[in-house]
Amino acid sequence: MKKLASAFIAGFVFAIGLGLSGMTNPEKVIGFLDVAGRWDPSLGFVMAGAIALHMGAARWALRAHKPLLASAFSVPGASSIDAQLLVGAALFGLGWGIAGFCPGPALVDLVAPSTSILTFVAATIAGMVLFRARTHFLPEAAAPTAQIRT
Amino acid sequence: MFTPVPSLVGGALIGLSASGLLILNGRVAGISGIVGGLVPPRRGDATWRVAFIAGLLLGGLVVGWLVPGSVVPRHGVAPTALIAIAGLLVGFGTALSGGCTSGHGVCGLSRLSRRSFAAVATFMATGGLAVFLVRHVLPGSW
Repeated sequence: MKKLASAFIAGFVFAIGLGLSGMTNPEKVIGFLDVAGRWDPSLGFVMAGAIALHMGAARWALRAHKPLLASAFSVPGASSIDAQLLVGAALFGLGWGIAGFCPGPALVDLVAPSTSILTFVAATIAGMVLFRARTHFLPEAAAPTAQIRT
Repeated sequence: MFTPVPSLVGGALIGLSASGLLILNGRVAGISGIVGGLVPPRRGDATWRVAFIAGLLLGGLVVGWLVPGSVVPRHGVAPTALIAIAGLLVGFGTALSGGCTSGHGVCGLSRLSRRSFAAVATFMATGGLAVFLVRHVLPGSW
């Protein structure tokens, strides 16, 4: 029950941060990526604020034996840069640039429904289903990111 | 319009959320990973994901009320067919690379993960390419 409450509050604070930072507006995301147009560096400030706070906290947390409410940390342990990582990131970037949405802001924007956002979220889930189908039939294609650091 | 202060403060809240989730639940606040873990849902691993997403939605309602204009219907960002293609690329790409802007961008970079540095450099580059094509090479095509 505590684990559910902490996850709920984390999601809540995450959404407040996204809305306040302007990232729920796809035009601001596109503005950051549009270096040939009217460049808007705001997204860089969002990343800087988040990383400034999380870097020390994550380092401190991961030195602990275990998290407060769970038996082990579930943090990606792989460190090799492979084709799946780069191809996946490249595809994600293309979609991100076209729509101006990534998964977090898209979910937050769902509470203000529009054809664009409903289409985007449904297609994102369809893309994930497609990936699962691929790894279901080609088990060797499974991404090496599920390793658990205990 | 450049908004350095709200973006920095909003970013810090995102970092706070990621830190809380890691310290308490031992989980990475990567949104594509949290959602992707529900496709399909697995017993014992689904409820915290649903709770996080419920918090995200309630947070969206609250921030939309606190900061007018932050969460409003986004009509006509791009033609619907193009939005659908973009969503498919985002869903498939994040599953293949194991993260998105939050998982690789915030959490991975904070942990100085080599994989995340490579992923962020890659998706920033192709994101910039997509915007360049859609905004400057094909203008007026819709």
